[in-house]
Amino acid sequence: MVTIDDYQGQVTAWCPGCGDFGILQALKKALVNLKLEPHQVLIVSGIGQASKLPHYMRCNTFNGLHGRILPVATGAKVANQELVVIGVGGDGDNYGEGGNHFLHAIRRNIDITLLVHNNKVYGLTKGQASPTSDPAFVTKVQPGGVVSSSFNPLSLAISQDAGFVSRGWSGDIDHLSWLIKQAIQHKGFSLVDTLQPCVTFNKKNTYRWYKERVYKLAEEYDPTDRLAAFERAQEWGDRIPIGIFYRKQKPTFEDQLAGLKKGPLFRQKLDPSQLKPLLETLS
Amino acid sequence: MSVDLTLKIGGEAGQGMQTIGYVLSKTLARGGFHLFANQDYMSRIRGGHNFFQIRVKEEPVYALSEEVDILIALDKATVKIHRPELKEKGVIIFDGEQIDISPKKPHLLSVPLERLAREEGGNKLFSNSVAVGAALGVLDYRFDILAQVLKEVFGRRGEETVQNNVKAARAGYDFTRENYKDSQVSPLQSGKGNKKMLISGNEALSLGAMAAGCKFMAAYPMTPSTGIITYLAGKAREFGLVAEQAEDEIAAINMAIGASFAGVRAMVATSGGGFSLMVEALGLVGMTETPLVIIEAQRPGPSTGLPTRTAQADLEFVLHASQGEFPRAIFAPATAEDAFWSVVKAFNLAEKYQVPVIIMSDQHLADSYSTCHKFDLRKVKIERGIISDTELTKIKDYKRHRFTPSGISPRAFPSQKGRIVITDSDEHDEDGHLTEDLEMGKKMVQKRLKKIEALATEIEPPQVYPHENAQIILIGWGSTYGALREAVDILIDQGVDVSLMHFQEIWPFPTQLVTSILSKAKQSFCVENNATGQLARIIRAETGRKVTGKILKFDGRPFSSQYIIKELKKKKG
Ligand SMILES: Cc1ncc(C[n+]2csc(CCOP(=O)(O)OP(=O)(O)O)c2C)c(N)n1
Ligand code: SF4
Ligand SMILES: [Mg+2]
Repeated sequence: MVTIDDYQGQVTAWCPGCGDFGILQALKKALVNLKLEPHQVLIVSGIGQASKLPHYMRCNTFNGLHGRILPVATGAKVANQELVVIGVGGDGDNYGEGGNHFLHAIRRNIDITLLVHNNKVYGLTKGQASPTSDPAFVTKVQPGGVVSSSFNPLSLAISQDAGFVSRGWSGDIDHLSWLIKQAIQHKGFSLVDTLQPCVTFNKKNTYRWYKERVYKLAEEYDPTDRLAAFERAQEWGDRIPIGIFYRKQKPTFEDQLAGLKKGPLFRQKLDPSQLKPLLETLS
Repeated sequence: MSVDLTLKIGGEAGQGMQTIGYVLSKTLARGGFHLFANQDYMSRIRGGHNFFQIRVKEEPVYALSEEVDILIALDKATVKIHRPELKEKGVIIFDGEQIDISPKKPHLLSVPLERLAREEGGNKLFSNSVAVGAALGVLDYRFDILAQVLKEVFGRRGEETVQNNVKAARAGYDFTRENYKDSQVSPLQSGKGNKKMLISGNEALSLGAMAAGCKFMAAYPMTPSTGIITYLAGKAREFGLVAEQAEDEIAAINMAIGASFAGVRAMVATSGGGFSLMVEALGLVGMTETPLVIIEAQRPGPSTGLPTRTAQADLEFVLHASQGEFPRAIFAPATAEDAFWSVVKAFNLAEKYQVPVIIMSDQHLADSYSTCHKFDLRKVKIERGIISDTELTKIKDYKRHRFTPSGISPRAFPSQKGRIVITDSDEHDEDGHLTEDLEMGKKMVQKRLKKIEALATEIEPPQVYPHENAQIILIGWGSTYGALREAVDILIDQGVDVSLMHFQEIWPFPTQLVTSILSKAKQSFCVENNATGQLARIIRAETGRKVTGKILKFDGRPFSSQYIIKELKKKKG
């Protein structure tokens, strides 16, 4: 029986009180809940405070470049569908540096889960604005406040008909862990954008700020209604919904790749003699 | 007299020069000839001026000639542009009913291509087949070989299309045999030599990857590398591989890295612009010690440059690309046949040493067709450098980046029970966890660089032809081989004491051999398709020796032996 202890990792280097702790706990809980063992799981992360997460647990880890989580995760999943592949990173990683990959991961609908620690700031580089920073958010690089509008990952994902679009809150570990479990179980690309206070660099979107606003989508909420989901994804301000906004079962990337019909790539025998008939046609 | 025949087909983009060229090439190769064929095209879909050139010999040939025997002109511009290249006894085939070429001059052979196509095939679309037939008629070549090739090339479009093409070709063939009896072009008697493969550089690179067991390839289309993903995508189902068109080159290389980390042989192919985007991830390969094969098909730069032309101007860039220091190998195949074997070896080295291996191709190699003997697949050895499961079970505490005397750590894949695999783009410890322990960082740099020692012993030293003791050494790398070798043959015939030193594997640099050869020669000349002599600089840096001179060409076109000889004579004094 797999337990939380099996996922015990290195000593953390996050600031005390950081929202990342809640996400780490929720993720471990979800994996244990799914009875997944560490060797069955691959976490691909980028660079940032969030992306350090896999070192603080114990499972297969590819801690790659800033912004390049999704391509690495895609390649790994195509090579081995038996792995549960989870992408972990920050809002800068996924919506800034790697924004293009986010669009295309949705289009491919590869069966991976993307867990975004959305602290609406660049933590590791000490407090610059991120694509999700609220307008007028003041930083040392944006001393007059952010002028660009805030990127809304949920409405983008819904607009592109992503198969699983959700928002979690690091302050509610049980709910977040449930969300992550649902996301992993969903076949196809799943987004879990998670509200995460950065206690050091984001003095606006604090625990208190979120606690006053966050609410769970009601039981009656129908996540298959795309227009309603889109509308709900616009809600931000006094009230901030969390939960599964939208879900839709679609064929996955792997299911449709002709090259995988013979089975997972990594299990295939390498046999040069297979090429013989092909060489015949060239002469 | 031995055969040395050049056919050239010219016209606007969209007129189908490539198909004519391919059919002609295949037909001539079938007859037992060696050939080298290359297309020269503009970066546009319609209009402009493009041509396809085929050089036919009885012995292996890897370069073009500047002189033409048979010119098939599909438009007026072709006649104007290429008439000066025509040999004294050459001939220009054109459709005098469609294009008016006056004044009438010798060499002109008007064949009613369109009319015959309509009469025999029922559509003017078949005029290209008439042209092929006409050219082979001039050569008195065996028609049945052409008919068979047409059947294979057009077979997919149905029996009627095949028959119409054959009829059209026959009409062209008969026409020139009847109306050009006084042809001075020597006839081509086929039948010598055994069956050969006709293959382009891009096809050879793709086949090499498939033979080596490459299961994942990602790319973003970029001339002249696009042929590789196109080829592999077409074989995906049959051979169980994935060729994915990524959203950009950054995604392409990161996907391939992910696939390789998860246990499959993976590759990317691109040109200089795309490689520029891949550079950060090249460092990721170095840092995480994830095997990867990269094909960099060069074209003139900087920036977008000349998309459909050739160059060898990315060598120093590829050699130095990425921040930090880590081992890499760089290959530069000389011919399509070499290209096949270089990919096979690249995969083995990449996995054995857990390093990136970069294959420098270029437009000239990528798009040129040449004949070669069928690859002996029994010679394809696959060495994956992965520790077996039994070995793994003996390791209690698996560490992906464990220190070893060779610097090569045990490579295992994620998903096997009893171990987990961790790696990081940050400096890391033996486990693969990120570290800021500077002592550890230093040891890791050393560990990675240590791999160069054994890697260097795997590098094939430059080929020296015909011998090491010539007074003059011509030095080249990659696709210039054919022109260089031919130049050396001609020069030796003329009494010049010259040899060729040609690199097909450039890095780790074979310093010893190069130093010894250069120390014996009186004069040495680097021959490169770039403007500054990049290999010359590398030689200087690695051996301390300066070459006597450089023969450079950076007009987007490949070398010919004639050009090299002319330049050498000016420079050697
Ligand atoms: C190519 C590249 N550019 C910039 C950086 C510097 N950098 C590291 S993390 C980061 C942003 C981190 O923000 P986010 O992804 O939101 O993660 P957080 O630290 O907030 O969790 C930046 C700009 C880098 N490592 N690589
Ligand atoms: S800087 Fe912010 S995001 Fe990073 S650990 Fe500290 S609180 Fe968390
Ligand atoms: Mg952030």
